Amino acid sequence: MPVNWFPLWLSLRVATLATLISLALGIWLAYLLANRQFRGKEMLDAIVTLPLVLPPTVLGYYLLVMLGRSSPIGHFYEWAFGGPLVFTWQAAVVASTLHAIPLLVKSARAALETVDRSYEKAARNLGASEWRVFWRVTLPLSRRSIVAASVLAFARALGDFGATLMIAGDIPGRTQTASIAIYDAVESGNTLLARILVMVLSIVAIAIVYAANRLEQRQVTG
Amino acid sequence: MIEARVTRRFAPGPDSAGFSLDVEFQAQAGITALFGPSGAGKTLVLDSIAGFMRPDSGRIFLDDQILFDAESGVNLRPQDRNCGYVFQNYALFPHMTLRQNLVFAAERQPRLERHRRVTEMLARFHLADVSGRRPHEVSGGQKQRCSIARALIGSPKLLLLDEPARGLDAPLRAELYSLLREIRRDFSTPVLLVTHDLDECFELAEEMLIISDGRIVQSGPPKAILEQPANVDVARLLGNSNLFEAEITALDPGRNTSRLRFGNHELTGTYFPGRLLGDRVWLSVRPEELRISARNGAKPEPNHVPVKLLRISEKPQSVRLEFADDISVEISRQEYERQKDNKEWLIEFPAHTLRVL
Repeated sequence: MPVNWFPLWLSLRVATLATLISLALGIWLAYLLANRQFRGKEMLDAIVTLPLVLPPTVLGYYLLVMLGRSSPIGHFYEWAFGGPLVFTWQAAVVASTLHAIPLLVKSARAALETVDRSYEKAARNLGASEWRVFWRVTLPLSRRSIVAASVLAFARALGDFGATLMIAGDIPGRTQTASIAIYDAVESGNTLLARILVMVLSIVAIAIVYAANRLEQRQVTG
Repeated sequence: MIEARVTRRFAPGPDSAGFSLDVEFQAQAGITALFGPSGAGKTLVLDSIAGFMRPDSGRIFLDDQILFDAESGVNLRPQDRNCGYVFQNYALFPHMTLRQNLVFAAERQPRLERHRRVTEMLARFHLADVSGRRPHEVSGGQKQRCSIARALIGSPKLLLLDEPARGLDAPLRAELYSLLREIRRDFSTPVLLVTHDLDECFELAEEMLIISDGRIVQSGPPKAILEQPANVDVARLLGNSNLFEAEITALDPGRNTSRLRFGNHELTGTYFPGRLLGDRVWLSVRPEELRISARNGAKPEPNHVPVKLLRISEKPQSVRLEFADDISVEISRQEYERQKDNKEWLIEFPAHTLRVL
């Protein structure tokens, strides 16, 4: 029986996109939380952390309510892109992004906050705008931790099951990601497929942990 | 010229006592040292000039530009103040080479000018050979020169240095001092130098501002301040331990003399204008101005005081003798070699060295 590689490719595509989106969004949120004082800061911090502690199915249910066809966001998406968001692979990207983002925001915020303030003061003193201070000094100095965090975020995005199942469903060849395909294969007695996918995902996971640790160590030794 | 009057109150916190900064000063061309003990508020003064700390009230002028004015609400961003700042740890960007550090600082200048200026500064500060290295790959002296070059490359109107010699060993310190003297000669930029090292003030500064507990307590040329400290606290900050509570027992303006009593000792000094008979004053004499001799049994001459030697501490260039009644005398090594076998000692207080505070 030929092995169906589609779930694996879909998972990699979804996880990559989710990592890139959560990286952009995560750095922006981390910058706000690390540098700005505003009303509702604690609230924002709590909301960002929520996906980390909520059961994935609960997160999925919220997403379904927020992005469903009868919700304002769902309506807008359907108007803009000509089809519903839910039960598409794009919905899986949304679920994975939310799954990955708390980790990134937390690590990025910690990294940004540990950059020695005197470098930022020096940059301002030399005439650099806040924008330039951030892009040329603060971010490069916290680069390694952020890269390490995005590697872990990628792993989380790759592994999302509950929320993805709730909002993207289990449509073989369309929204069936690797983690869901494993569940499906086990349920339907296709142990060979289950074994292959489990092996591949395990190897990816080990590689990721190794990469993340190496990055963190380089950070320490400078 | 920098002209500043700033105040700032820091409320006491759970683990910190309150602090209030209230200073007024000006500094002209040349090197002005801001001297004071740790925690006196020296760095706060630099930070308020550079725009890193917003004062509660006051006004800061740099040449004819207003950097800060509490009344009209002017508070320029650090980016717009045009003050070079050399941080205590140099704060060279660790992810950039020395050249990139200078380029970063020169980016306000026109593109064509920029490259020429960076190359010129690298050569001027002897960094051309190591310009492609990162800060952690170069020596302490090179880091120091690079941070000063980076602060000067934008032609600032004022150069602020925060304890640049702190933690440096003697050769690096000497290198820094000669570099700063060159900067005074070659650049017209006035320099405000924060330090808690008195030798550094004498080595480098034309003017000195003494700050203690958030206030400027005295200002003037270092020699003049050493000659006549404004009060006993300043004398202590200047490291003078020979401070004695004394009473004026005679004053004769006609013969320009006075008499002072401290402990059991009677001394003759010059006339002290503005003092009255019976005034309780602080008598201040610097340890290196006192002279010592052997007591030979005869009645001591005027201003020669017999005291017991308690302790000797040797230093590389001099020897410090500590006598009873908290009197310290500092003499050269040769002088000490000549006198070290004395059994009993006389200390001479020359009349012109007696100052009252």
